[in-house]
Amino acid sequence: MKKLGIYTILIIGALVMMFPFIWMVLSALKGADEVLSMPPTWLPETFRFDNFAKALQTAPFAKYFINSVIVTVCVVGLTTFTTILAAFAFSRLKFPGRDIVFTFFVSLMMVPWEMLVITNYTTMSNLNLLDSLPALIVPFAASIFYTYILRNFFLSIPDALYYSARMDGASNWQYLWKVMVPIAKPAIFTITLLNAIAAWNSFLWPLLVISSSANRTLPLGLYVFITEGGVKYELLTAAATIVIIPILILFLFTKKYIIAGTARGGVKG
Amino acid sequence: MKRQKMKVKYNWLEVLLYLLPFLISIGLFTLWPIINVFVNSFLENLNLVTGKFQSIGFGNFIDIFTDPIFYSALKNTFLYMFTVVPISLLFALLFASLLSKKVKGTGFFQTAYFLPMVTSVTAVGLVWKWMYNADYGIFNYFLSLFHIDPINWLNDPAYVLPSLIIYGIWSILPFTIILLLAGLQNIDETYYTAAKVDGASSWSIFRKITLPLLSPTIGLVLVINIINTSKVFNELFPLFNGNPGPAGSLYTIVYYIFEKFQKSLDLGVASAAAIVLFFIVLIFTLVQRIIQKRIVK
Repeated sequence: MKKLGIYTILIIGALVMMFPFIWMVLSALKGADEVLSMPPTWLPETFRFDNFAKALQTAPFAKYFINSVIVTVCVVGLTTFTTILAAFAFSRLKFPGRDIVFTFFVSLMMVPWEMLVITNYTTMSNLNLLDSLPALIVPFAASIFYTYILRNFFLSIPDALYYSARMDGASNWQYLWKVMVPIAKPAIFTITLLNAIAAWNSFLWPLLVISSSANRTLPLGLYVFITEGGVKYELLTAAATIVIIPILILFLFTKKYIIAGTARGGVKG
Repeated sequence: MKRQKMKVKYNWLEVLLYLLPFLISIGLFTLWPIINVFVNSFLENLNLVTGKFQSIGFGNFIDIFTDPIFYSALKNTFLYMFTVVPISLLFALLFASLLSKKVKGTGFFQTAYFLPMVTSVTAVGLVWKWMYNADYGIFNYFLSLFHIDPINWLNDPAYVLPSLIIYGIWSILPFTIILLLAGLQNIDETYYTAAKVDGASSWSIFRKITLPLLSPTIGLVLVINIINTSKVFNELFPLFNGNPGPAGSLYTIVYYIFEKFQKSLDLGVASAAAIVLFFIVLIFTLVQRIIQKRIVK
Protein backbone atom coordinates (compact mmCIF):
# COMPACT_ATOMS: atom_id res chain seq x y z
CA MET A 1 0.00 0.00 0.00
CA LYS A 2 2.72 2.43 1.01
CA LYS A 3 4.75 1.57 -2.08
CA LEU A 4 1.72 2.29 -4.20
CA GLY A 5 1.47 5.79 -2.71
CA ILE A 6 5.14 6.48 -3.43
CA TYR A 7 4.82 5.38 -7.04
CA THR A 8 1.62 7.38 -7.53
CA ILE A 9 3.24 10.62 -6.34
CA LEU A 10 6.44 9.96 -8.32
CA ILE A 11 4.53 9.23 -11.52
CA ILE A 12 2.33 12.32 -11.15
CA GLY A 13 5.50 14.38 -10.57
CA ALA A 14 7.17 12.80 -13.59
CA LEU A 15 4.15 13.59 -15.77
CA VAL A 16 4.14 17.24 -14.63
CA MET A 17 7.86 17.61 -15.30
CA MET A 18 7.58 15.89 -18.69
CA PHE A 19 4.35 17.56 -19.72
CA PRO A 20 5.86 20.52 -21.64
CA PHE A 21 7.98 18.08 -23.67
CA ILE A 22 5.05 15.74 -24.33
CA TRP A 23 2.82 18.63 -25.35
CA MET A 24 5.59 20.04 -27.53
CA VAL A 25 5.93 16.82 -29.53
CA LEU A 26 2.15 16.28 -29.77
CA SER A 27 1.63 19.86 -31.01
CA ALA A 28 4.48 19.51 -33.48
CA LEU A 29 2.70 16.56 -35.11
CA LYS A 30 -0.68 18.24 -35.58
CA GLY A 31 -2.13 20.04 -38.59
CA ALA A 32 -2.44 23.84 -38.67
CA ASP A 33 -6.17 23.75 -37.81
CA GLU A 34 -6.02 20.94 -35.35
CA VAL A 35 -3.36 22.60 -33.23
CA LEU A 36 -5.76 25.51 -32.61
CA SER A 37 -8.82 23.40 -31.86
CA MET A 38 -10.63 23.98 -28.59
CA PRO A 39 -11.05 21.66 -26.75
CA PRO A 40 -7.64 20.41 -27.87
CA THR A 41 -7.17 16.89 -29.19
CA TRP A 42 -4.62 14.80 -27.34
CA LEU A 43 -3.26 12.55 -30.06
CA PRO A 44 -2.91 14.09 -33.53
CA GLU A 45 -5.58 12.89 -36.01
CA THR A 46 -2.80 12.19 -38.48
CA PHE A 47 0.85 12.43 -37.59
CA ARG A 48 2.17 15.37 -39.60
CA PHE A 49 5.86 14.60 -39.77
CA ASP A 50 6.16 17.11 -42.60
CA ASN A 51 5.91 19.89 -39.97
CA PHE A 52 9.57 19.27 -39.21
CA ALA A 53 10.52 19.63 -42.86
CA LYS A 54 8.38 22.80 -43.10
CA ALA A 55 10.01 24.30 -40.00
CA LEU A 56 13.45 23.54 -41.41
CA GLN A 57 12.46 25.34 -44.62
CA THR A 58 10.98 28.44 -42.99
CA ALA A 59 14.25 29.33 -41.27
CA PRO A 60 17.83 28.23 -41.94
CA PHE A 61 17.87 25.86 -38.98
CA ALA A 62 20.43 23.63 -40.66
CA LYS A 63 22.81 26.60 -40.76
CA TYR A 64 22.03 27.46 -37.11
CA PHE A 65 22.62 23.84 -36.20
CA ILE A 66 26.05 23.83 -37.85
CA ASN A 67 26.94 27.11 -36.13
CA SER A 68 25.91 25.67 -32.78
CA VAL A 69 28.02 22.58 -33.36
CA ILE A 70 31.08 24.65 -34.37
CA VAL A 71 30.76 26.96 -31.38
CA THR A 72 30.17 24.13 -28.91
CA VAL A 73 33.04 22.01 -30.19
CA CYS A 74 35.48 24.95 -30.18
CA VAL A 75 34.45 26.20 -26.73
CA VAL A 76 34.64 22.73 -25.21
CA GLY A 77 37.96 21.93 -26.90
CA LEU A 78 39.59 25.19 -25.83
CA THR A 79 38.21 25.19 -22.31
CA THR A 80 39.14 21.58 -21.69
CA PHE A 81 42.71 22.23 -22.84
CA THR A 82 43.24 25.41 -20.80
CA THR A 83 41.50 23.81 -17.82
CA ILE A 84 43.74 20.73 -17.83
CA LEU A 85 46.89 22.86 -18.00
CA ALA A 86 45.78 25.30 -15.32
CA ALA A 87 44.44 22.60 -13.01
CA PHE A 88 47.79 20.80 -13.30
CA ALA A 89 49.78 23.92 -12.47
CA PHE A 90 47.52 24.75 -9.53
CA SER A 91 47.61 21.23 -8.13
CA ARG A 92 50.97 19.70 -8.96
CA LEU A 93 53.56 22.33 -9.82
CA LYS A 94 54.94 23.94 -6.70
CA PHE A 95 55.52 27.64 -6.84
CA PRO A 96 55.35 30.30 -4.15
CA GLY A 97 51.94 31.92 -3.72
CA ARG A 98 50.17 29.20 -5.66
CA ASP A 99 47.31 28.67 -3.27
CA ILE A 100 46.80 32.38 -2.67
CA VAL A 101 46.60 33.02 -6.41
CA PHE A 102 44.17 30.16 -6.82
CA THR A 103 41.96 31.32 -3.94
CA PHE A 104 41.89 34.73 -5.59
CA PHE A 105 40.61 33.22 -8.84
CA VAL A 106 38.05 31.10 -7.02
CA SER A 107 36.72 34.23 -5.32
CA LEU A 108 36.08 35.70 -8.78
CA MET A 109 33.51 32.96 -9.38
CA MET A 110 30.99 34.87 -7.29
CA VAL A 111 30.93 37.71 -9.81
CA PRO A 112 27.80 37.22 -11.89
CA TRP A 113 28.59 36.70 -15.56
CA GLU A 114 25.82 39.13 -16.45
CA MET A 115 27.97 41.87 -14.91
CA LEU A 116 30.93 41.12 -17.19
CA VAL A 117 28.85 41.15 -20.35
CA ILE A 118 29.00 44.93 -20.75
CA THR A 119 32.79 45.14 -20.96
CA ASN A 120 33.14 41.92 -22.93
CA TYR A 121 30.87 43.37 -25.57
CA THR A 122 33.16 46.41 -25.87
CA THR A 123 36.22 44.14 -25.99
CA MET A 124 34.69 42.11 -28.81
CA SER A 125 33.93 45.34 -30.63
CA ASN A 126 37.55 46.50 -30.19
CA LEU A 127 38.83 43.16 -31.47
CA ASN A 128 36.53 43.56 -34.49
CA LEU A 129 34.87 40.27 -33.69
CA LEU A 130 31.26 41.43 -33.32
CA ASP A 131 28.80 39.39 -35.36
CA SER A 132 31.17 36.48 -35.97
CA LEU A 133 31.40 32.96 -34.61
CA PRO A 134 34.74 33.63 -32.86
CA ALA A 135 32.85 36.18 -30.71
CA LEU A 136 30.91 33.25 -29.31
CA ILE A 137 34.06 31.23 -28.67
CA VAL A 138 36.93 33.48 -27.60
CA PRO A 139 35.44 34.78 -24.31
CA PHE A 140 34.81 31.21 -23.13
CA ALA A 141 38.29 29.78 -23.72
CA ALA A 142 38.89 29.25 -20.00
CA SER A 143 36.74 28.65 -16.95
CA ILE A 144 37.56 29.14 -13.29
CA PHE A 145 34.71 26.85 -12.28
CA TYR A 146 35.83 23.85 -14.33
CA THR A 147 39.47 24.47 -13.34
CA TYR A 148 38.33 24.40 -9.72
CA ILE A 149 36.54 21.06 -10.17
CA LEU A 150 39.45 19.45 -12.04
CA ARG A 151 42.07 20.79 -9.64
CA ASN A 152 40.21 19.17 -6.74
CA PHE A 153 40.24 15.90 -8.65
CA PHE A 154 43.95 16.20 -9.50
CA LEU A 155 44.71 16.84 -5.82
CA SER A 156 43.14 13.49 -4.95
CA ILE A 157 45.70 11.67 -7.11
CA PRO A 158 48.48 10.51 -4.75
CA ASP A 159 51.79 12.42 -4.76
CA ALA A 160 53.74 9.16 -4.76
CA LEU A 161 52.68 8.54 -8.34
CA TYR A 162 54.16 11.87 -9.35
CA TYR A 163 57.49 11.40 -7.62
CA SER A 164 57.99 7.90 -8.97
CA ALA A 165 57.19 9.07 -12.50
CA ARG A 166 59.61 11.96 -12.15
CA MET A 167 62.21 9.57 -10.77
CA ASP A 168 61.80 7.49 -13.92
CA GLY A 169 62.70 10.57 -15.89
CA ALA A 170 59.25 11.66 -17.04
CA SER A 171 58.81 15.37 -17.59
CA ASN A 172 55.86 17.25 -16.10
CA TRP A 173 54.32 17.38 -19.54
CA GLN A 174 54.58 13.62 -20.05
CA TYR A 175 53.34 12.93 -16.53
CA LEU A 176 50.30 15.16 -17.08
CA TRP A 177 49.19 13.55 -20.34
CA LYS A 178 50.28 9.97 -19.72
CA VAL A 179 49.33 9.53 -16.07
CA MET A 180 47.08 12.26 -14.73
CA VAL A 181 44.74 12.83 -17.66
CA PRO A 182 43.96 9.10 -18.09
CA ILE A 183 43.23 8.78 -14.37
CA ALA A 184 41.07 11.91 -14.42
CA LYS A 185 39.08 10.82 -17.47
CA PRO A 186 35.69 10.63 -15.67
CA ALA A 187 36.17 14.10 -14.18
CA ILE A 188 37.29 15.55 -17.51
CA PHE A 189 34.34 13.89 -19.25
CA THR A 190 31.95 15.42 -16.71
CA ILE A 191 33.23 18.98 -17.09
CA THR A 192 33.21 18.52 -20.87
CA LEU A 193 29.53 17.55 -20.74
CA LEU A 194 28.48 20.40 -18.45
CA ASN A 195 30.45 22.80 -20.60
CA ALA A 196 28.93 21.49 -23.83
CA ILE A 197 25.37 21.83 -22.50
CA ALA A 198 26.04 25.39 -21.32
CA ALA A 199 27.59 26.33 -24.68
CA TRP A 200 24.79 24.70 -26.67
CA ASN A 201 22.06 26.52 -24.72
CA SER A 202 23.80 29.89 -24.43
CA PHE A 203 21.41 32.71 -25.27
CA LEU A 204 22.18 36.12 -23.72
CA TRP A 205 25.67 36.42 -25.22
CA PRO A 206 24.74 35.42 -28.80
CA LEU A 207 21.75 37.76 -28.55
CA LEU A 208 24.13 40.64 -27.79
CA VAL A 209 26.96 40.02 -30.24
CA ILE A 210 25.30 38.34 -33.23
CA SER A 211 23.26 40.43 -35.63
CA SER A 212 23.23 38.63 -38.97
CA SER A 213 21.24 35.51 -39.68
CA ALA A 214 24.26 33.61 -41.00
CA ASN A 215 25.95 33.64 -37.57
CA ARG A 216 23.01 32.66 -35.38
CA THR A 217 23.16 29.63 -33.13
CA LEU A 218 20.13 27.40 -32.58
CA PRO A 219 18.66 29.06 -29.46
CA LEU A 220 19.07 32.52 -30.99
CA GLY A 221 17.72 31.38 -34.35
CA LEU A 222 14.75 29.81 -32.63
CA TYR A 223 14.10 33.00 -30.67
CA VAL A 224 14.11 35.09 -33.85
CA PHE A 225 11.83 32.49 -35.41
CA ILE A 226 9.41 32.87 -32.48
CA THR A 227 9.30 36.66 -32.70
CA GLU A 228 9.23 36.94 -36.47
CA GLY A 229 7.53 33.73 -37.43
CA GLY A 230 4.04 34.65 -36.27
CA VAL A 231 1.81 32.19 -34.47
CA LYS A 232 2.16 28.93 -36.36
CA TYR A 233 2.44 26.86 -33.23
CA GLU A 234 2.74 23.51 -34.99
CA LEU A 235 5.88 24.80 -36.74
CA LEU A 236 7.23 26.57 -33.64
CA THR A 237 6.94 23.43 -31.54
CA ALA A 238 8.48 21.41 -34.36
CA ALA A 239 11.46 23.81 -34.35
CA ALA A 240 11.71 23.60 -30.55
CA THR A 241 11.75 19.81 -30.81
CA ILE A 242 14.62 19.99 -33.29
CA VAL A 243 16.60 22.17 -30.86
CA ILE A 244 15.94 19.91 -27.87
CA ILE A 245 16.53 16.48 -29.47
CA PRO A 246 20.37 16.54 -29.60
CA ILE A 247 20.55 17.47 -25.92
CA LEU A 248 17.91 14.87 -25.06
CA ILE A 249 19.96 12.14 -26.74
CA LEU A 250 23.14 13.33 -25.05
CA PHE A 251 21.34 13.38 -21.72
CA LEU A 252 19.94 9.86 -22.10
CA PHE A 253 23.40 8.42 -22.64
CA THR A 254 25.33 10.47 -20.10
CA LYS A 255 22.86 11.32 -17.36
CA LYS A 256 24.92 9.49 -14.75
CA TYR A 257 27.83 11.89 -15.31
CA ILE A 258 25.65 14.99 -15.64
CA ILE A 259 23.80 14.26 -12.41
CA ALA A 260 26.99 13.44 -10.50
CA GLY A 261 28.74 16.51 -11.88
CA THR A 262 25.84 18.77 -10.96
CA ALA A 263 25.70 17.33 -7.46
CA ARG A 264 29.44 17.80 -6.98
CA GLY A 265 29.75 21.26 -8.41
CA GLY A 266 26.68 22.61 -6.74
CA VAL A 267 26.62 25.52 -9.16
CA LYS A 268 24.36 25.80 -12.14
CA GLY A 269 26.00 27.15 -15.30
CA MET B 1 73.48 14.15 10.82
CA LYS B 2 72.40 16.35 8.05
CA ARG B 3 68.67 16.25 7.61
CA GLN B 4 67.72 17.20 4.17
CA LYS B 5 64.29 18.50 3.45
CA MET B 6 62.97 17.37 0.17
CA LYS B 7 63.74 20.28 -2.04
CA VAL B 8 60.87 21.36 -4.21
CA LYS B 9 62.04 22.69 -7.48
CA TYR B 10 60.02 25.02 -9.55
CA ASN B 11 60.73 26.62 -12.81
CA TRP B 12 58.94 29.92 -13.29
CA LEU B 13 59.01 29.65 -17.04
CA GLU B 14 57.34 26.26 -16.96
CA VAL B 15 54.69 27.37 -14.46
CA LEU B 16 53.98 30.39 -16.60
CA LEU B 17 53.58 28.33 -19.76
CA TYR B 18 51.03 26.06 -18.10
CA LEU B 19 49.08 28.99 -16.74
CA LEU B 20 49.38 31.39 -19.66
CA PRO B 21 46.27 30.37 -21.67
CA PHE B 22 44.16 30.43 -18.51
CA LEU B 23 45.61 33.75 -17.30
CA ILE B 24 45.17 35.52 -20.64
CA SER B 25 41.59 34.36 -21.04
CA ILE B 26 40.46 34.97 -17.47
CA GLY B 27 42.41 38.22 -17.32
CA LEU B 28 40.81 39.62 -20.43
CA PHE B 29 37.27 38.31 -20.00
CA THR B 30 36.78 38.16 -16.24
CA LEU B 31 39.31 40.28 -14.37
CA TRP B 32 39.38 43.28 -16.69
CA PRO B 33 35.57 43.48 -16.99
CA ILE B 34 35.23 43.50 -13.20
CA ILE B 35 37.64 46.42 -12.85
CA ASN B 36 36.13 48.18 -15.83
CA VAL B 37 32.55 47.91 -14.60
CA PHE B 38 33.52 49.36 -11.22
CA VAL B 39 35.30 52.27 -12.91
CA ASN B 40 32.52 52.85 -15.44
CA SER B 41 29.85 52.97 -12.77
CA PHE B 42 31.42 56.21 -11.49
CA LEU B 43 31.79 57.87 -14.90
CA GLU B 44 28.84 60.12 -15.61
CA ASN B 45 27.38 60.40 -19.12
CA LEU B 46 29.83 57.89 -20.49
CA ASN B 47 29.71 57.53 -24.25
CA LEU B 48 29.77 53.92 -25.38
CA VAL B 49 31.43 54.67 -28.71
CA THR B 50 33.99 57.35 -27.89
CA GLY B 51 34.62 56.33 -24.27
CA LYS B 52 34.43 59.99 -23.25
CA PHE B 53 32.65 61.01 -20.06
CA GLN B 54 31.53 64.26 -18.45
CA SER B 55 32.39 63.88 -14.80
CA ILE B 56 33.23 61.45 -12.02
CA GLY B 57 30.80 60.81 -9.19
CA PHE B 58 27.79 58.93 -7.93
CA GLY B 59 25.52 60.26 -10.67
CA ASN B 60 24.80 56.83 -12.17
CA PHE B 61 23.82 55.39 -8.80
CA ILE B 62 21.61 58.42 -8.13
CA ASP B 63 20.06 57.84 -11.55
CA ILE B 64 19.12 54.23 -10.91
CA PHE B 65 17.91 54.82 -7.36
CA THR B 66 15.63 57.61 -8.53
CA ASP B 67 14.36 55.53 -11.45
CA PRO B 68 10.95 53.94 -10.68
CA ILE B 69 11.68 51.26 -13.29
CA PHE B 70 14.74 50.14 -11.33
CA TYR B 71 12.62 49.78 -8.18
CA SER B 72 10.08 47.82 -10.15
CA ALA B 73 12.95 45.60 -11.42
CA LEU B 74 14.15 45.06 -7.83
CA LYS B 75 10.61 44.32 -6.64
CA ASN B 76 9.91 41.80 -9.43
CA THR B 77 13.27 40.09 -8.97
CA PHE B 78 12.79 39.71 -5.22
CA LEU B 79 9.16 38.60 -5.54
CA TYR B 80 10.28 36.00 -8.07
CA MET B 81 13.14 34.90 -5.80
CA PHE B 82 11.09 34.65 -2.61
CA THR B 83 8.33 32.60 -4.21
CA VAL B 84 10.29 30.35 -6.58
CA VAL B 85 12.99 29.39 -4.06
CA PRO B 86 10.84 28.20 -1.11
CA ILE B 87 8.09 26.58 -3.22
CA SER B 88 10.60 24.67 -5.36
CA LEU B 89 12.39 23.58 -2.17
CA LEU B 90 9.19 22.04 -0.77
CA PHE B 91 8.46 20.11 -3.97
CA ALA B 92 12.11 19.09 -4.28
CA LEU B 93 12.12 17.77 -0.70
CA LEU B 94 9.08 15.63 -1.46
CA PHE B 95 10.43 14.21 -4.72
CA ALA B 96 14.02 13.81 -3.53
CA SER B 97 12.99 11.88 -0.43
CA LEU B 98 10.77 9.59 -2.52
CA LEU B 99 13.44 9.11 -5.18
CA SER B 100 16.03 8.26 -2.53
CA LYS B 101 13.91 5.27 -1.49
CA LYS B 102 14.58 2.09 -3.37
CA VAL B 103 12.15 2.48 -6.26
CA LYS B 104 12.04 0.68 -9.56
CA GLY B 105 12.44 2.62 -12.77
CA THR B 106 15.13 4.97 -11.49
CA GLY B 107 16.37 5.54 -15.03
CA PHE B 108 12.93 6.67 -16.18
CA PHE B 109 12.39 8.93 -13.19
CA GLN B 110 15.85 10.47 -13.56
CA THR B 111 15.13 11.33 -17.18
CA ALA B 112 11.66 12.69 -16.38
CA TYR B 113 12.74 14.81 -13.44
CA PHE B 114 16.13 16.06 -14.63
CA LEU B 115 15.60 16.68 -18.34
CA PRO B 116 14.41 20.31 -17.89
CA MET B 117 17.83 21.12 -16.42
CA VAL B 118 19.71 20.51 -19.67
CA THR B 119 17.24 21.74 -22.27
CA SER B 120 17.46 25.19 -23.85
CA VAL B 121 15.53 27.88 -21.97
CA THR B 122 14.58 29.39 -25.31
CA ALA B 123 13.08 26.18 -26.71
CA VAL B 124 11.31 25.20 -23.50
CA GLY B 125 10.17 28.78 -22.87
CA LEU B 126 8.53 28.78 -26.27
CA VAL B 127 6.57 25.67 -25.33
CA TRP B 128 5.45 27.38 -22.10
CA LYS B 129 4.37 30.39 -24.11
CA TRP B 130 2.23 28.06 -26.19
CA MET B 131 0.75 26.36 -23.10
CA TYR B 132 -0.02 29.80 -21.61
CA ASN B 133 -1.78 30.96 -24.81
CA ALA B 134 -5.02 32.69 -23.79
CA ASP B 135 -7.20 31.32 -26.60
CA TYR B 136 -5.75 27.93 -27.48
CA GLY B 137 -3.43 27.12 -24.58
CA ILE B 138 -3.71 23.86 -22.72
CA PHE B 139 -3.66 25.58 -19.29
CA ASN B 140 -6.85 27.50 -19.98
CA TYR B 141 -8.37 24.25 -21.25
CA PHE B 142 -7.53 22.60 -17.91
CA LEU B 143 -9.11 25.57 -16.11
CA SER B 144 -12.24 25.27 -18.25
CA LEU B 145 -12.66 21.69 -17.01
CA PHE B 146 -13.14 23.21 -13.55
CA HIS B 147 -15.40 25.94 -14.98
CA ILE B 148 -12.79 28.63 -14.39
CA ASP B 149 -12.75 31.51 -16.86
CA PRO B 150 -9.71 31.66 -19.16
CA ILE B 151 -6.78 33.68 -17.86
CA ASN B 152 -4.76 35.98 -20.06
CA TRP B 153 -1.52 34.59 -18.62
CA LEU B 154 1.01 36.57 -20.63
CA ASN B 155 -0.87 39.79 -21.38
CA ASP B 156 -2.65 40.65 -18.14
CA PRO B 157 -0.13 42.51 -15.91
CA ALA B 158 -1.76 40.90 -12.87
CA TYR B 159 -0.83 37.42 -14.11
CA VAL B 160 2.55 37.87 -15.79
CA LEU B 161 4.59 37.48 -12.61
CA PRO B 162 2.67 34.35 -11.49
CA SER B 163 3.16 32.92 -14.99
CA LEU B 164 6.89 33.53 -14.80
CA ILE B 165 6.99 32.07 -11.28
CA ILE B 166 5.22 28.82 -12.23
CA TYR B 167 7.62 28.37 -15.14
CA GLY B 168 10.55 29.29 -12.87
CA ILE B 169 9.61 26.67 -10.26
CA TRP B 170 9.37 23.99 -12.93
CA SER B 171 12.74 24.89 -14.42
CA ILE B 172 14.66 25.14 -11.13
CA LEU B 173 13.24 21.89 -9.66
CA PRO B 174 15.63 19.39 -11.33
CA PHE B 175 18.74 21.12 -10.04
CA THR B 176 17.23 21.44 -6.56
CA ILE B 177 16.23 17.76 -6.47
CA ILE B 178 19.73 16.65 -7.55
CA LEU B 179 21.44 18.59 -4.76
CA LEU B 180 18.98 17.33 -2.14
CA LEU B 181 19.36 13.74 -3.39
CA ALA B 182 23.13 14.03 -3.02
CA GLY B 183 22.61 15.30 0.51
CA LEU B 184 20.22 12.46 1.32
CA GLN B 185 22.67 9.87 0.05
CA ASN B 186 25.27 11.17 2.46
CA ILE B 187 23.10 10.37 5.46
CA ASP B 188 24.25 7.18 7.14
CA GLU B 189 21.86 4.22 6.67
CA THR B 190 22.30 3.16 10.28
CA TYR B 191 20.28 6.12 11.55
CA TYR B 192 17.27 4.87 9.64
CA THR B 193 17.77 1.25 10.60
CA ALA B 194 17.97 2.21 14.27
CA ALA B 195 14.85 4.37 14.02
CA LYS B 196 12.92 1.59 12.29
CA VAL B 197 13.91 -0.87 14.98
CA ASP B 198 12.50 1.59 17.50
CA GLY B 199 9.26 1.56 15.52
CA ALA B 200 9.30 5.21 14.41
CA SER B 201 6.83 6.26 11.72
CA SER B 202 8.02 7.50 8.32
CA TRP B 203 6.90 11.03 9.12
CA SER B 204 8.73 11.18 12.42
CA ILE B 205 11.84 9.65 10.81
CA PHE B 206 11.69 12.39 8.19
CA ARG B 207 11.15 15.14 10.76
CA LYS B 208 13.57 13.99 13.45
CA ILE B 209 16.38 12.41 11.39
CA THR B 210 16.29 13.37 7.73
CA LEU B 211 15.46 17.04 8.12
CA PRO B 212 18.10 17.91 10.77
CA LEU B 213 20.83 15.93 8.98
CA LEU B 214 19.85 17.45 5.66
CA SER B 215 19.67 21.02 6.95
CA PRO B 216 23.20 22.06 5.81
CA THR B 217 22.37 20.88 2.27
CA ILE B 218 19.03 22.67 2.42
CA GLY B 219 20.81 25.85 3.46
CA LEU B 220 23.25 25.51 0.59
CA VAL B 221 20.47 24.83 -1.93
CA LEU B 222 18.53 27.86 -0.73
CA VAL B 223 21.49 30.18 -1.17
CA ILE B 224 22.48 28.85 -4.62
CA ASN B 225 18.89 29.13 -5.82
CA ILE B 226 18.61 32.65 -4.42
CA ILE B 227 21.73 33.62 -6.38
CA ASN B 228 20.45 31.96 -9.56
CA THR B 229 16.96 33.48 -9.32
CA SER B 230 18.42 36.94 -8.69
CA LYS B 231 19.66 36.76 -12.29
CA VAL B 232 16.30 35.88 -13.86
CA PHE B 233 16.40 37.10 -17.44
CA ASN B 234 16.60 34.42 -20.15
CA GLU B 235 13.11 33.17 -19.26
CA LEU B 236 11.57 36.52 -20.20
CA PHE B 237 12.62 36.37 -23.83
CA PRO B 238 10.61 33.50 -25.23
CA LEU B 239 7.59 34.28 -23.05
CA PHE B 240 7.27 37.97 -23.88
CA ASN B 241 9.00 38.30 -27.27
CA GLY B 242 12.00 39.98 -25.68
CA ASN B 243 9.97 42.56 -23.79
CA PRO B 244 9.91 42.91 -20.02
CA GLY B 245 6.27 41.80 -19.88
CA PRO B 246 3.29 43.72 -21.31
CA ALA B 247 3.64 47.50 -20.84
CA GLY B 248 6.98 47.06 -19.08
CA SER B 249 5.30 45.35 -16.12
CA LEU B 250 7.97 42.69 -15.65
CA TYR B 251 11.40 44.30 -15.49
CA THR B 252 14.07 42.31 -13.64
CA ILE B 253 17.52 43.50 -12.53
CA VAL B 254 19.38 41.79 -15.37
CA TYR B 255 16.79 42.93 -17.90
CA TYR B 256 17.30 46.49 -16.64
CA ILE B 257 21.09 46.17 -17.13
CA PHE B 258 20.53 44.68 -20.58
CA GLU B 259 18.17 47.45 -21.65
CA LYS B 260 20.33 50.31 -20.35
CA PHE B 261 23.29 48.86 -22.17
CA GLN B 262 21.85 47.42 -25.35
CA LYS B 263 18.98 49.79 -26.09
CA SER B 264 19.87 53.09 -24.37
CA LEU B 265 23.66 52.65 -24.82
CA ASP B 266 23.97 54.07 -21.30
CA LEU B 267 27.15 52.33 -20.21
CA GLY B 268 27.56 54.13 -16.88
CA VAL B 269 24.03 53.45 -15.65
CA ALA B 270 24.19 49.81 -16.84
CA SER B 271 27.46 49.40 -14.91
CA ALA B 272 25.97 50.93 -11.77
CA ALA B 273 23.02 48.52 -11.96
CA ALA B 274 25.47 45.65 -12.49
CA ILE B 275 27.30 46.71 -9.32
CA VAL B 276 24.01 46.54 -7.38
CA LEU B 277 23.46 42.99 -8.72
CA PHE B 278 27.03 42.15 -7.74
CA PHE B 279 26.46 43.19 -4.13
CA ILE B 280 23.22 41.23 -3.92
CA VAL B 281 25.02 38.10 -5.17
CA LEU B 282 28.07 38.85 -2.98
CA ILE B 283 26.02 38.91 0.22
CA PHE B 284 24.36 35.58 -0.56
CA THR B 285 27.65 34.03 -1.70
CA LEU B 286 29.28 34.93 1.60
CA VAL B 287 26.37 33.25 3.39
CA GLN B 288 26.90 30.20 1.14
CA ARG B 289 30.62 30.02 2.02
CA ILE B 290 29.80 30.00 5.73
CA ILE B 291 27.23 27.23 5.28
CA GLN B 292 29.57 25.18 3.10
CA LYS B 293 32.34 25.41 5.71
CA ARG B 294 29.92 24.01 8.24
CA ILE B 295 29.10 21.09 5.95
CA VAL B 296 32.77 20.23 5.62
CA LYS B 297 33.05 20.17 9.41
